[in-house]
Amino acid sequence: MHKVSVFRKEHFNAAHRLHNPLWDDAKNKAVFGKCNNPLYHGHNYELIVQLTGIPDPQTGYVMDMKILSDLIQAEICERFDHRNLNEDCAEFKNLNPTAENIAIVIYEILREKIDSKLDLKIRLYETERNFVEYPA
Amino acid sequence: MVYITRIEHFNAAHKLYNPAWSREQNDEVFGKCANENWHGHNFELHVTIKGTPDADTGFVYDAKKLSVIIREHIINHLDHKNLNLEVDFMKDKLCSIENLVIGIWNKLIQHLPETVQLHKLLLRETPTIYVEYFGT
Repeated sequence: MHKVSVFRKEHFNAAHRLHNPLWDDAKNKAVFGKCNNPLYHGHNYELIVQLTGIPDPQTGYVMDMKILSDLIQAEICERFDHRNLNEDCAEFKNLNPTAENIAIVIYEILREKIDSKLDLKIRLYETERNFVEYPA
Repeated sequence: MVYITRIEHFNAAHKLYNPAWSREQNDEVFGKCANENWHGHNFELHVTIKGTPDADTGFVYDAKKLSVIIREHIINHLDHKNLNLEVDFMKDKLCSIENLVIGIWNKLIQHLPETVQLHKLLLRETPTIYVEYFGT
């Protein structure tokens, strides 16, 4: 009964800005710098979904990767790809779309759709050099 | 003759949209790239210059100096910006990477020392899409 982790990589490209509506412009600029640009900027996000569990004795799969890919496409990429995260996505209406918060949102969406026997971890690359993991 | 390439990065928002067309026509031609609220990318710019290595330094041109020129005149004007709205050389142009690479060439070449021969620009929008421009 050995646990195995499987990973599926997907992409989405989106615009966003980092902004705290409780702060004035000067403080937003001081804290978030160029990421606070009111006209937005954007990223190629790379999403790695990690599932950990015992391979099914009948299939040998932790989870069918095609089903996992379709799920991520339908639930995450359709929702966020070529969107403005602040303007187009209800999830970030009252939540700053940092990589940290995007990863938590993705986790919450997928957690409901994936067998609870499997451990789920999200790794989200905002750039090649900046990435986050949740749960930590 | 030796070719040397410096790679720089910028993250920006844009949309593909022809103001002379209707909303429907834009959606039909540009698809999700026409999202009026923008989307974004991590762009990668490869600047290739060519020449004969200098007898004293061994350099075609000091790559650090090249980097400073690219950052000062190109990256600082594009990074964390809205390419449609905030970049002087993209004003009134369709904001495709084809037009962007031509704009970058025309601006960069004004700031390179006369001794430096610009050979090629490669502009990558996603891992699977890039353009190359040789100045003609």
